[in-house]
Amino acid sequence: MNSIYEAYQVLSMAERALVFLVLAPIAGGLLAGIDRKLSARLQGRYGPPVRQPFFDVLKLFQKERIVVNKFQNFNIILFFLFTACSGALFFAGADILLTVFGLALAGTFFILAGFSVGSPYSHLGAEREVIQMVSYEPMVILMAVGMYQATGSFKVADLVQYEAPLILYLPGIFLGFLYILTIKFRKSPFDLSMSHHAHQEIVRGITTEFSGPALALIEITHWYENVLLLGMVYLFFGFNPWIALVVSLATYLFEIFIDMNYARFKWQLTLASTWLFTAVAGISNIVVLSVMK
Amino acid sequence: MAWFKRSPWILHYNATSCNGCDTEVIVSLTPLYDLERFGIINTGNPKHADILAVTGSVNEKSVQALKNLYDQMPNPKVIMAVGLCAISGCVFQDCYNVMGGVDKVLPVDVYVPGCAARPEAIIDGVIMACEILEKKYAEWKKGRG
Amino acid sequence: MNALIFLIIFPLFIAALALVLPAGNALRKTVGVIAGVVLSAVPIYLLIAYLDTGPVYFRVGSHLVNMVMLAVEVVIAAFIVYISLRSKRYLPIVLVAVQSLIMVTFELTAGGTMEIEHSLFVDKFSIIMALIIGIIGSAICLYGIGYIPEYHQHHKEIKERRRYFSFLIYLFLSAMFGIVFSNNLMWLYFFWEITTICSALLIGYRNDKQSIESSFRALNMNLLGGLVFAIGLVYLYNSSHIMELDKLIKLDRNLVLLPAVCMAFAGLVKSAQFPFSSWLTGAMVAPTPVSALLHSSTMVKAGVYIILRVAPALENTVAAKMLMFIGGVSFLITALMAISQSNAKKVLAYSTISNLGLIVACAGINTAAAVWSALLLIVFHAVAKSLLFLCVGIVEYKLDSRDIEDMDYLIMRLPKLTAVMMIGMAGMFLAPFGMIISKFVTLKAFVDTNPGMAIVLAYGSAATVFFWVKWMGKIMSIRHGEIEVVAHRVSRWEWFTLDVLAVSTVFVCLAFPLISSGVIDPYLTERFGNVPVPDFFNVMVTFFIMVGLLVLLPLGLFYFGFANKNYRRVATYLGGANIDNVTFEGAMASVQTIEMKNYYLQKYFGEDRLFNVGVIISLALLCVMFGVAFI
Repeated sequence: MNSIYEAYQVLSMAERALVFLVLAPIAGGLLAGIDRKLSARLQGRYGPPVRQPFFDVLKLFQKERIVVNKFQNFNIILFFLFTACSGALFFAGADILLTVFGLALAGTFFILAGFSVGSPYSHLGAEREVIQMVSYEPMVILMAVGMYQATGSFKVADLVQYEAPLILYLPGIFLGFLYILTIKFRKSPFDLSMSHHAHQEIVRGITTEFSGPALALIEITHWYENVLLLGMVYLFFGFNPWIALVVSLATYLFEIFIDMNYARFKWQLTLASTWLFTAVAGISNIVVLSVMK
Repeated sequence: MAWFKRSPWILHYNATSCNGCDTEVIVSLTPLYDLERFGIINTGNPKHADILAVTGSVNEKSVQALKNLYDQMPNPKVIMAVGLCAISGCVFQDCYNVMGGVDKVLPVDVYVPGCAARPEAIIDGVIMACEILEKKYAEWKKGRG
Repeated sequence: MNALIFLIIFPLFIAALALVLPAGNALRKTVGVIAGVVLSAVPIYLLIAYLDTGPVYFRVGSHLVNMVMLAVEVVIAAFIVYISLRSKRYLPIVLVAVQSLIMVTFELTAGGTMEIEHSLFVDKFSIIMALIIGIIGSAICLYGIGYIPEYHQHHKEIKERRRYFSFLIYLFLSAMFGIVFSNNLMWLYFFWEITTICSALLIGYRNDKQSIESSFRALNMNLLGGLVFAIGLVYLYNSSHIMELDKLIKLDRNLVLLPAVCMAFAGLVKSAQFPFSSWLTGAMVAPTPVSALLHSSTMVKAGVYIILRVAPALENTVAAKMLMFIGGVSFLITALMAISQSNAKKVLAYSTISNLGLIVACAGINTAAAVWSALLLIVFHAVAKSLLFLCVGIVEYKLDSRDIEDMDYLIMRLPKLTAVMMIGMAGMFLAPFGMIISKFVTLKAFVDTNPGMAIVLAYGSAATVFFWVKWMGKIMSIRHGEIEVVAHRVSRWEWFTLDVLAVSTVFVCLAFPLISSGVIDPYLTERFGNVPVPDFFNVMVTFFIMVGLLVLLPLGLFYFGFANKNYRRVATYLGGANIDNVTFEGAMASVQTIEMKNYYLQKYFGEDRLFNVGVIISLALLCVMFGVAFI
């Protein structure tokens, strides 16, 4: 049962990071494919093949590079680099706060990319992306705080090997995290800034002006991010790798299910509901934990 | 590798259609026809699209928008005229403001007949467009390299 | 010791020169440059000289000095009465009268017998503050040389009082040096009052209705702080016969609690924490160098300085907890309010209060880790924020607006300035630069002591990201096509200051491990006996990311700007109706121009909604703080 951990411990930090960098896009792409297939099935359609996301990305890399201004793709590259780096740090077992801040930095570059093209649709998408970021950021930080309170360490390597099930200490935090996960996965009802679905009231939101290879890079970054987020879900159940894997996967399926069942929220509702949920679920959990200690 | 025919993304533009063909384009996305099983996505953004599906005849007002949209699509790209109006202007071709079919202003690659064009015909058209995309990609790459 | 006295006296000397030399004289500029060099060099000398030593205390024959100070205080009090009478405002008169009465009586009755062992001292914290005041303060003075003439070109209605302006600024710097080097609390109080009056006069420089209003608001609040400070001192001397900072924090807690709370209160007023935040937001009517000076390097930093100094006396008391919560409330609420502001200077002001709130909260916690991050916050904030203020000052004249909404395409209109501005912003909020390192440690410190504060930090940082990102996005949006480059000449003086500050922002970010191990750690060892050890791996990673970014950014900009030719430029997507990049054909063949505005969420985070909340909560906290001190 603990073969996963043994394998994990055998590897050095650099090797773990490398494994993530190589495997995460494959896993992330497959997850995206499963997402599309499952969504189609839930809608009574046959759906594209599971490999479809890879086809899309490979095609996008072959397209012509069109730009609105010369510099617009630079931010996307930084977005990609920092997401991949934070993921690598996370899976290498480094500090979870470092990962969280790294991810926020990457997100900032993505938003700046949306602003920098000077297109109204991108601008509105970027503006909504900021609001999404503001909505989920407190919960992400509280998650790290809660884990620290429970285990006394910010190190992912320690968190994952913590014997007791973290979920028992952090049920509220887990629920809150699940809530903001919908934003992070860009699923309905929180797919305000850009959507993977066909039509959106602001065209393609933040990615409107990004096409071809840049769009492919955004897609791959998204895969990295998804794997990283599922890794965070894994931490809550780290006491048993198999349960943790199953729960992570189930979380993903659950998000797809939510996605299929909700219409898009307005940003007002997104911000208010997320902050409220964070306040209720996250804070009560943290307060209870600090009283217990 | 032939990735274009695995994931053709469509931009649909209504030049001055009566909405008959438009409805059919949308219908092809429904569970019955499920365009997406071929990897086809209706993007709604020229910068992401490979295929420009035009319905309706081109008139003085829509021609500039059509040209703008075509210009904003990255190469390789294909134009598909969907329905009789888009092919020739059909019954509207003699109207004072109508310029005729799409091929009067832009190079059309695929003609999908029908009034309105059936979803099967549209899907068939897209599949044909994919082959042309591949060909165009090869040419474009040669021209660039 | 001579260096310390020199630092206090020398700006006075320059101030006198500034008053004497006629305006527009070339000699003035020379004097300004010499003053800048000297004021930057001496703190660096101090740093080197005292690098390996602990705190050093100096004895100064003080009775005569005390008398001189008392005389000056009386003169200042008379001056305040005069200007208040002139503007028919009576509150300052009452405050200053009570205050002077207390101090004069105290000095005359107890002054003669008072034994002051050490009047001056220097330790690592003072040196950090001196470096900030010296380098940033004098850089801002140089900026003023270029800025003030332009200011008067734009505001013909304002009477030019350049000499008076320079005089006040150098006097201010002198008083700031006095604050950070005084161990004698009477001296500290004296310098404290000088900063109060100087800042009020500087805020009122324009001499119109609005600035007089702001000036008196600042004066009232800070006089109130000063009054409480004075009461604290008198109480302290009567109860324990002590008038020295180093002895104060070593005393029995029951004896010093009230004086310490009083001093912390004065610090809260000076650092514009809730409920006293309004004087700082009002201060932006002043010319830019003044707001930069007040917000970044001097006035507000004096407030947090005194709070951090007396924090040990409050350790483990309810008062310390209240201090922490006041800091937390100020941090969170001003960060939220900053979201709703489109006035650039106001955003900067709120962000200042917010960051100071964090520092105050750290002081309230007063563990080694918390103080570590508080000191780093002071350093990062001082450089980055003064840079931003000075940039906004220039933008204001080039665009004739300080509204963020008018800063569209700023990077195309004022490319270099925008680049500098973005360095400042990155220093303020962008991981891994600057502030975020301290936030990192702050978070850990909060979780260890009070998880409630971690929650405040979580929400507050999200809000911080919001207002910075949307501003940054605004100024860096690019539109292809012709755009008027605002080519008005920015004077060399201003450029020099901006360059110095931009380089120092990058420098302090990169050198933070050095700053930490060289200056902050020894100070913490003296004070706590231990040093928080930030995880070495984390520091390395942060460092690599910073260096990586610094290498990547120019390379990337070069590549995309010049090397990369493999692209086709198209217009932005405007539903196919483009005429060009920013105009499209609307209904009835009209030509419409696109306009992009940011969200300000007035309805949620408006000042009218949150300000009172902050004031009420913090007033309650203040009452508790004083309540426990009295009991």
